[in-house]
Amino acid sequence: MTLTMRLRAQAHIETPRLETPFHPRLAALDRVNDWYNWAGYKAPHALDDTELEYFAIRSTASLFDLSPMVKYRIEGKDAERYLNRLTLRDVSRQKTGTVQYTAWCDDAGHVLDDGTLFRLAPDVFRLCCQDRHLPWLLDSAIGFDVDIREETEEIAGLALQGPTAFATLKAAGLGNVASLRPFQITTLPAPFGDVTISRTGFTADLGYELFVPSEHALALWDLIHAAGQAYGLRAIGYDALNRARIEAGFIVAGADFIGADIALRPGRERMPDEIGLDWLVDPAKPHFNGRRAILHARRTGALKHVLVGLEIEGNVPAEGAIVYHGRSREAGVVTAAIWSPTAKRNIALASLTRPFGTEITNDLWVEIYALRELSYQKMMKRAVIVPRPFVSLPRRTANPPGLF
Amino acid sequence: MTSSDTPTPAAGTCDVIVIGGGHNGLTAATVLAKAGRSVLLLEAAETLGGATRPYTFHSGFRSPGLAHLLNRLDPEVEKALGLDLTRDAALTPTTVLAPGRPAVTLRGAYGETVKGVTPEEARAFAALRRKLMFQASVLGRFLRKAPPRLDGAHLSDLLTAGGAGLKMLSHGREEARDLLRMLLTNVADVADEFLTDDRLKALLACDATLGFRLGPRSPTSLIGLYYRLTGEIGGKRGGQIPASRVAQAFEAAAHTAGVTIRTGARVAAILTERGAVTGVRLADGTTLAATSVVSALHPRTTFLDLVSPAECDTGLVRALTHYRTDGVTARIDIALDRAPVFPGAPADAATGRIVVARSLGQVEEAFNAVKYGRASEEPALEITVPTLADPDLAPAGRHTLSILAQYAPYRPREGWGTEGPAFVSRVLSLLENVSPGIGATIIAAELLTPDAMEERFDLPGGHWHHGEMQPDQLLVNRPIHALSGYRTPIDGLTLAAAGSHPGGGISGLPGLLAARTLMAGSRP
Ligand SMILES: Cc1cc2nc3c(=O)[nH]c(=O)nc-3n(C[C@H](O)[C@H](O)[C@H](O)COP(=O)(O)OP(=O)(O)OC[C@H]3O[C@@H](n4cnc5c(N)ncnc54)[C@H](O)[C@@H]3O)c2cc1C
Repeated sequence: MTLTMRLRAQAHIETPRLETPFHPRLAALDRVNDWYNWAGYKAPHALDDTELEYFAIRSTASLFDLSPMVKYRIEGKDAERYLNRLTLRDVSRQKTGTVQYTAWCDDAGHVLDDGTLFRLAPDVFRLCCQDRHLPWLLDSAIGFDVDIREETEEIAGLALQGPTAFATLKAAGLGNVASLRPFQITTLPAPFGDVTISRTGFTADLGYELFVPSEHALALWDLIHAAGQAYGLRAIGYDALNRARIEAGFIVAGADFIGADIALRPGRERMPDEIGLDWLVDPAKPHFNGRRAILHARRTGALKHVLVGLEIEGNVPAEGAIVYHGRSREAGVVTAAIWSPTAKRNIALASLTRPFGTEITNDLWVEIYALRELSYQKMMKRAVIVPRPFVSLPRRTANPPGLF
Repeated sequence: MTSSDTPTPAAGTCDVIVIGGGHNGLTAATVLAKAGRSVLLLEAAETLGGATRPYTFHSGFRSPGLAHLLNRLDPEVEKALGLDLTRDAALTPTTVLAPGRPAVTLRGAYGETVKGVTPEEARAFAALRRKLMFQASVLGRFLRKAPPRLDGAHLSDLLTAGGAGLKMLSHGREEARDLLRMLLTNVADVADEFLTDDRLKALLACDATLGFRLGPRSPTSLIGLYYRLTGEIGGKRGGQIPASRVAQAFEAAAHTAGVTIRTGARVAAILTERGAVTGVRLADGTTLAATSVVSALHPRTTFLDLVSPAECDTGLVRALTHYRTDGVTARIDIALDRAPVFPGAPADAATGRIVVARSLGQVEEAFNAVKYGRASEEPALEITVPTLADPDLAPAGRHTLSILAQYAPYRPREGWGTEGPAFVSRVLSLLENVSPGIGATIIAAELLTPDAMEERFDLPGGHWHHGEMQPDQLLVNRPIHALSGYRTPIDGLTLAAAGSHPGGGISGLPGLLAARTLMAGSRP
């Protein structure tokens, strides 16, 4: 190899963070220059004020670039059977044109990741998730007639969420989404080409996710952004979305649980039942990865943790706080917490060590350390287990969608 | 291979289906039948025995089976099956022939006496032998029972480990230290430490590596020698006798115990539903229902070919695809028109085995070739003359001679079509060196390469232990962790062949221990 060839082969190190197809538009709107690394992509914590961005989600409409979300295309004769063995839910009962929230486990029944599974055609699926899993997906394909390809770079995605999301789409000429119920997918024509739209989201609000080939990304952005101007549309970063998802009670890999293939320390992995995903496990369907271990753990009472929603007195977010029973005995840890502007409650997700959170549910406390100008203020606050989601809005599921 | 085939009940339903009529399948079937289970054994070939199955290699000339010697048939297996393959049998000698040098002969159990070396060397060998025998006796404690379990200590595991520890300490701290020092080392270093004679070193090098994809200098190669020395014949550790009429004896035991045997019955699928066995489907399409199936096949055949991957977890499939099972030993069957003569060797040398190897370095170099996908330039040979134990294998007055030649890669880069003839002629010229004139008496010679054994004996990789026996594929990790200890993640499916603990060779232990595990009840 000549030196020039070598240098060319190393060109990728000059772009340590990739830019998404929407980056030119995000960069133009960005006022705070607060970027983070999302699966190798440059993504905004916020573009402007996080409060305003949060209230766009709940009061008008928000536009969030979800292109860095890892996407796999899974197709072939055995695609359904393959995914049925891979994931916890029964894929044979998932209709074409629908999305299913799901998760998948290793042999020990520990969750590798959660994600959404799009059934685009009888034999064509798209699996969207937080972390990369190609080796696992390929090894899982041994013995199946199925083709698996990562298409993260090829497909650009936008989440349009908030009460005026439908009105925005209508104004953009995509009003035919009116008939779309939650978790359904449709493909509609736009001036530049087809847009695949699902009525899904991470906010517990009325909302849609829009997918196009990357080369149409900017045209899609411009179409939606222009149409949304009359409806209070605002581009947002992850911090605002994170607040909405905590209100929705959704969990995030790397925060509320650690993927089993990523966890370094023993005992940090979690079974579905330990992170609130027990409802995904379908023991009646054919075999799936981790089935034996999960059912064994259920039978023998070997489950160690439980994920709960907490309401905490006061208004100081309890992020990272230790949960105690009777003010003294450690019972777990808070994995996500905010003051919820919509619920008007101080809420949290917490991972508790059983029997706390299962048999023992009273007398729980969290210890919050608030750094106040060079000094920690230590607060012991009462916490009560409450059902999730913390916020549930009728408009999320209303049919037809509201035209606010 | 779908899980939705609904098996029809077998005509005259049985309690257990055993797949595979190798000696381990026959052992498991016999033990289960003797315990009162009704057992149906399904064997793909027309005759039983697996790697011990006799076969004709030239018109009128038969081989007694792929295996040369009995050196580890377990006494408990013999007793449980009522065999008498080893009773009253006289141990046979091992002779090392290196061209241009006098023969070295080991008699008794692995050289209780050694002839053909200096008195000092004989003493050195005796010292090494004593040490290895002691160490093998400690390690052997782990082989006669199911491997220990890691999910909660079991009393019997603690007793075994404790017993081994006590035995070690009762021989002094130095012995304990030496075992720990030597356990994972290579046979070359140990041979160099104790011996000076190249022929003895070459013998140890061959015996430690025969059947394994390791050279004498490869780390952990001493384990092969330990494994050999954990075996016993007639109560003598390290003893050997010809492997003659082995398959027939196991078959007779199975018949006597009332096992229903179907040969020519290839299993095409093990049927399961939601993690439990429901039966098997044969290659001809018939399905047989069963809630208990013992698979005495290579673990890869069982889990990658017969059980649907949709019914196993990904990690298990992934681990099995990485399981090392490429054989490196070829067999050459030769038809002779008269008894072979080995000048310089004792008269009874051919009743035992003759090892043709010059030095440790030669064996190591022979191994180098296989790393690069070639057959050895100068392979090491183990020779037996099966007709001396069983004259019926050849027409009157004629003989058969069998050679195990190492190393022969599973799939050489150039292909066996190209490598084969040259390899055979190299082996025959090595044979000619130690038996001048034998070439003129050869009627036919047939080469069985590892891939040919795979094909003809349904032996994946042509590996004689159904998978390498290095620490990562032993004990609680044999064949892989998820499948160790005979039970499998599929309810009602038990593994029982050489790929399971304690491993390969004609011991019958995997079959015996699998049957006992099955009878001891299902997994908690
Ligand atoms: C060349 C060679 C030399 C050896 N020399 C020695 C030796 O000198 N001493 C020693 O102790 N050991 C020796 N061994 C090792 C020993 O022979 C084996 O480890 C042992 O025989 C394995 O027995 P098994 O019953 O576990 O499996 P196998 O003997 O392999 O039996 C498996 C059986 O399953 C059958 N089968 C496969 N697939 C199917 C199917 N789908 N349906 C139904 N049936 C099926 C096969 O036909 C076979 O009969 C040698 C091995 C080889 C290859």
